[in-house]
Amino acid sequence: MTLAFACEIVLAGLLLAIATWTITARTAFAAIAVFMVYGLLLSIVWVTLSSVDVALTEAAIGGGVTSMVLLGAASALRGSKGAVASLSLPFKITAGMLCALVAAALATVVFFLPDVAPTLAPVAKENLAASALGNPVAAVLFVFRALDTLLEKVVLLLALVGVWSLSSDRAWGGVPELRLYKSPSPILVFLAQILPPIGIIVGIYMFWAGASQPGGAFQGGTVLAAMWLLTMMARLQDVPSTNAPWLRLLLVVGPMAFLAAGLAGFYFADSFLAYPPSIAKPLIIVVEATLTVSIGVTLALLVAGPPEKVPQQ
Amino acid sequence: MPHATNFVDATTADGYLLVLAIVLPVIGILLSLALGGRFIERITLALLLAGVCVAIAIFAAVRRSDQLLVYIVGDWQPPLGIALRADGISAAMILTIAVIVCAIGLYARSEFGQQGGKATRASFAFWTLLLGIWSGLNAVALGDDLFNLYVALELLTFAAVPLVCVKGYEETIRAALRYMLFALIGSILYLLGTALIYGAYGTLDIALLADRVRPEPAAWAAAALMTAGLLAKTALFPLHLWLPPAHAGAPAPGSAVLSALVVKGSFILIVRLWFDAMPGLLTFTAAQLLATLGAGAVLFGSVLALRQARLKLLVAYSTIAQIGYLFFIFPLAGGDSGNELGASIAWTGGWLQLFSHAFAKTAMFMAAGLIAEALGHDRIAEFGGIARTLPITVIAFGLAGLSLMGVPPSGGFVAKWMLLSATVIEGQWWWAAVMLIGGLLAGGYVFMVIGKALGKNAALTLRVPIARHREILVLTVALCAVFLGLVPLQPSDFLAIGRPEMQMTALQ
Amino acid sequence: MSSAALYGYCGAILVGLGLYGVIARPEILRKILAFNVLGTGVFLLFGVFARRGAEAGLRADPVPQALVITGIVVAFSATALAVALLIRLNKDTGEVVIASDDSAESGKQRVRQ
Repeated sequence: MTLAFACEIVLAGLLLAIATWTITARTAFAAIAVFMVYGLLLSIVWVTLSSVDVALTEAAIGGGVTSMVLLGAASALRGSKGAVASLSLPFKITAGMLCALVAAALATVVFFLPDVAPTLAPVAKENLAASALGNPVAAVLFVFRALDTLLEKVVLLLALVGVWSLSSDRAWGGVPELRLYKSPSPILVFLAQILPPIGIIVGIYMFWAGASQPGGAFQGGTVLAAMWLLTMMARLQDVPSTNAPWLRLLLVVGPMAFLAAGLAGFYFADSFLAYPPSIAKPLIIVVEATLTVSIGVTLALLVAGPPEKVPQQ
Repeated sequence: MPHATNFVDATTADGYLLVLAIVLPVIGILLSLALGGRFIERITLALLLAGVCVAIAIFAAVRRSDQLLVYIVGDWQPPLGIALRADGISAAMILTIAVIVCAIGLYARSEFGQQGGKATRASFAFWTLLLGIWSGLNAVALGDDLFNLYVALELLTFAAVPLVCVKGYEETIRAALRYMLFALIGSILYLLGTALIYGAYGTLDIALLADRVRPEPAAWAAAALMTAGLLAKTALFPLHLWLPPAHAGAPAPGSAVLSALVVKGSFILIVRLWFDAMPGLLTFTAAQLLATLGAGAVLFGSVLALRQARLKLLVAYSTIAQIGYLFFIFPLAGGDSGNELGASIAWTGGWLQLFSHAFAKTAMFMAAGLIAEALGHDRIAEFGGIARTLPITVIAFGLAGLSLMGVPPSGGFVAKWMLLSATVIEGQWWWAAVMLIGGLLAGGYVFMVIGKALGKNAALTLRVPIARHREILVLTVALCAVFLGLVPLQPSDFLAIGRPEMQMTALQ
Repeated sequence: MSSAALYGYCGAILVGLGLYGVIARPEILRKILAFNVLGTGVFLLFGVFARRGAEAGLRADPVPQALVITGIVVAFSATALAVALLIRLNKDTGEVVIASDDSAESGKQRVRQ
């Protein structure tokens, strides 16, 4: 048992303990605070699994914006006096046994995994040069399985449409209300003045470096979204109206560029979502840049929620 | 079981049509957001027209070449890349989807229409979500990669859930939230199964998996988890709790697309999973178990439909029942059924049930919507006299009901007849009993509505006059369900394209 | 036991925990939270398979990593949509659990078209 493995056992144990705490915490706020810690721990686990791109995404999205959304919900629900009857004990025991069964089945599958794992790493490595990118995960996301990423962008936008559809008819096209603070504390304002310049540079760098090192459009875009949300929460910037043309343009420029590049592939590279080899790398970088912006705006708006303030005429 | 000898793994000549089918609605969604919802109604209808043409082209191409249409996206071969494949079933599905969504679009113009292209919350939401559902359905029908299908399923869910509460009433929000929770658990269980499959076999391409999957614990666990998740999304008994309030609460065009097509999306995946990706796993026990749940759905749904006082809830429970029939495909056409003739008949019958139910249910919900608009309520007991004021609508409802009952002439009759024949040929007579009882119960609830509608009520006044062209539209859709009954009572060659193991022998 | 297997068992338990949380906690916000834990368990299993697939000079198989990144983004948008629905339901009715239809439907005569 090496030291590294001993550390991993401690890490795994900590992870399970924190997950249990999240599920069983008494109040919603406690559960969400613990969930944030869980997200950060999980990104460390991803690093030990040699998946740094995933670690960045988990820290940014899983631990970051997801917790923001959940906190917003907890604060919105705080005043609720709805009576919550706990479920009956026999029901909980049956549910517990069912879940234990599922966990045991999965553990059995893990136990009986063959020593030699089937893998696509060699195929990916072979084709990496042809993909014009240096980061294999980015190559899978934007070149080999680009259709998944395109559809996923549409999923993100549809979720936003769904969230916006929940506004009232009068407030349609208006301004979302970021409901976290009535009057931001001085510390928040201070942070919101200092962090965004650094954060924006970090976000842009993450996207730029993502072509050959861990990083990419999703990670960079999330950091940009977080910085924007910070300034909006500290009231240094106004939350934009959802009808603002520039906002809508930023939302769709990424997917539109991606789709256009894909359709252009029909003529210039013989296949949908294929890139002509001579301009593949610059093309992918440009598309990724627009995607970074769109992802940032979409994620921030998903956190902001449906429009609630009637638009100014 | 050895896989197809006509296994094509290169892009076929007309393969680009498959990409168009998925991309056209996406263009609409992006335009809708860019323009803030202005003109979205016209954009959607234009795209729908184009989409119907693409669907007809795909159907014709598959029929002409008698082979799969394949498109390798980006020219990266599976297992590294993603392939889109259209066999006979997918081609028929794409055409059905395009025609039904087009009809729903035309029907919805009165409720969600835009005067002069001006955007409102409801019109923006409805048309954009409809485009999302259309795109998701096409992606589910054409995808051949398990993870690509997961993203397509999520696309479908995120578009369908807000459609339930697009009018904003309180109970629809509750129904939408319940639907969302069921759908989320379903998707994540599906993803879990996908993870196990990748871990065990190193690929997610369905055609490649057919050769690699062996009956071992990892495959069994994956199959069980994915099926459980997909059953929750298809609302098969006993995981059907979310469906009635959601489908009854949605606006009429929304209910139509949800009941006719959205729940079928996850069903298609269950079939692809058991018949295409893991054919060796469909043992007798597994198939009987699935069909037992289907039988439960048929009986339970039909009985509950009889007890409903409101028309939309009745039609929603009827959806639960009719979905149950689809699961008889598993024991009758499954690998272990041992009888080729029976299997091919059951295969044709099962899919025909899906298509004819799609048309019939669309017509039913459209008719229910017109009646509710006209009367201001949908309490069945007070329908007296509606047959005189809205005769075309009631006729359309009745014709759609023929499909549900399995009475000629209708697609539903041919479908159920073929399924019944298959049970007789294969000696699994117990399913025949369930089908016959289900048919009787369906007759019960359909005639309950028609009977009340035919009642006398000279004092009936319509709250809102219903345009004749809308009634004609509903009748046309119902007639589509009837015309499917003109299909010969034979196992279909077309539905067997791309599946060489289905030897289509003629019914003597 | 290799480190990949260790995290495999960890992921299996997380899935069980998350599933229990979704089924057994009545408050919707806690269900959504448990759904996120469940999701991370599934992603961790993908990660285990990525780690086991280390070959050809790559320390982990890139395909499952890409799938997980896509999955994380999709899970976040699901959370955002579910939370928006929950906040709206709470604003309209004050509920934090999904009431059964009988108690909620009593007295509702309004008909939807």
